[in-house]
Amino acid sequence: MNAAAKPKKIGLTRAQMAWRAAQDIPNGSYVNLGIGMPELAALYVPEGRHVTYHTENGVLGFGEGPPKGEEDWDLVNAGKKAIGLLPGASIFHHADSFAMIRGGHIDLAILGAFQIAPNGDLANWRAGNEGIPAVGGAMDLVSGAKEVWCITDHTTREGEAKLMEACSYPLTGIGCVTRVYTDLAVIHVTGGRFVLKAIAEGITVEELQAKTAAPLVVEGDIEVMAPPAL
Amino acid sequence: MTSVATSPAPKASGVLKPVLSAAEALADVPDGATVLIGGFGGAGNPVELIHALIDQGARELTVVNNNAGNGDVGLAALIREKRVAKIICSFPRAASAHAFTDEYQAGRIELETVPQGTLAERIRAGGAGVPAFYTRTSVGTPLAEGKEIRTFNGRDYVMEHAITGDYALVKCLRADRMGNLTYSKSARNFAPIMCMAAECAVVQAVELVEPGDIDPETVVTPGIFTGRIVHTPHAVQEQVLFEQGARYP
Repeated sequence: MNAAAKPKKIGLTRAQMAWRAAQDIPNGSYVNLGIGMPELAALYVPEGRHVTYHTENGVLGFGEGPPKGEEDWDLVNAGKKAIGLLPGASIFHHADSFAMIRGGHIDLAILGAFQIAPNGDLANWRAGNEGIPAVGGAMDLVSGAKEVWCITDHTTREGEAKLMEACSYPLTGIGCVTRVYTDLAVIHVTGGRFVLKAIAEGITVEELQAKTAAPLVVEGDIEVMAPPAL
Repeated sequence: MTSVATSPAPKASGVLKPVLSAAEALADVPDGATVLIGGFGGAGNPVELIHALIDQGARELTVVNNNAGNGDVGLAALIREKRVAKIICSFPRAASAHAFTDEYQAGRIELETVPQGTLAERIRAGGAGVPAFYTRTSVGTPLAEGKEIRTFNGRDYVMEHAITGDYALVKCLRADRMGNLTYSKSARNFAPIMCMAAECAVVQAVELVEPGDIDPETVVTPGIFTGRIVHTPHAVQEQVLFEQGARYP
């Protein structure tokens, strides 16, 4: 059996999902990126766009950290990773940092998701009522940032829909999500609907709908995503 | 006659804060005290003060911190030594939060999970004399259950109460004798608002300088919010201790 006979995997890789969201981050915006896939987006923002990154533990204007072994552990991001300060950075205490979030000064927050509903409800902090409840800054970000985007696999590892009529897990926020970037699609959440904007190569709208537990609205042209190899 | 030459030089005649050992600074912490502890991840954790609090022996403490300790030092050690009855935090998970997890699963520690921004604002409010406030954060979620909801301009907000402490334990980079403080990068995090919200803020300072040595324009915590100073020139970073696998005591 040769390699060519192997079916091509459909959908974007994690890095490609972050890349696709990064293409839409507006020039001139203050952005808070969640831990994991969202923070990868910083690597793929198109050249020439000015974006300032905020971390809720009190830094605006941070970038890549020093190499391993040279970390300054007084300078970390919300994921407790070592970071570096870019020219023009500023440092402030926690109440000021969350005033930026809760006061509507952060333009865009990008987070992960367990479940998203067409009315913009988001569940991303606990899967049910088991385990230790840990919320961090997620509830502040989704209720305070001007735009809330999610980067997430389209379905769970077991193939269950994450985009659904109503979230069954405890909510992080109500009516907050405005866009979803998945391995299979870009969906705008608006007017209580999931509006399909882009789709991965090799999957039809009908097949995508079968993996989505709420109606997908198709209006106008649908982009077929063409990410670089990442 | 030159009046300029005879003008007395301005003297530092303001309130000086006691400079004490960590043991002296925490000697009067009673059982049942509420202790606000600065730090986020490894940044800004007042490890030396927490270890002195373990040595001091106070029990049944209510601790306010963003997290619930990591590894076997600092706050994690305080929890492991069963000194904490209740913790108020936003994220009680960490790379190695076994001390808290063990106590929580055994039902020996009470947890109040608070959204991080609500936690910060509750502390700030406590320091500013604001008993409660309304916020959008957590509306429609389980963390708003049982709390007053009020509508302003057509949107719902949840009422949250201020947090104050009997003591704050924080770490700063530089303190002058009047208690003016500056911090090191993101190690600032909760420290300024915790100093405001505590009856007695105990500050461990890497550098101790004289009044006037810190440019007033750069003071982050004004001395009025500082209670006691502990000079810890060789303070260790919690993350470094964690990576070394250190354990206290």
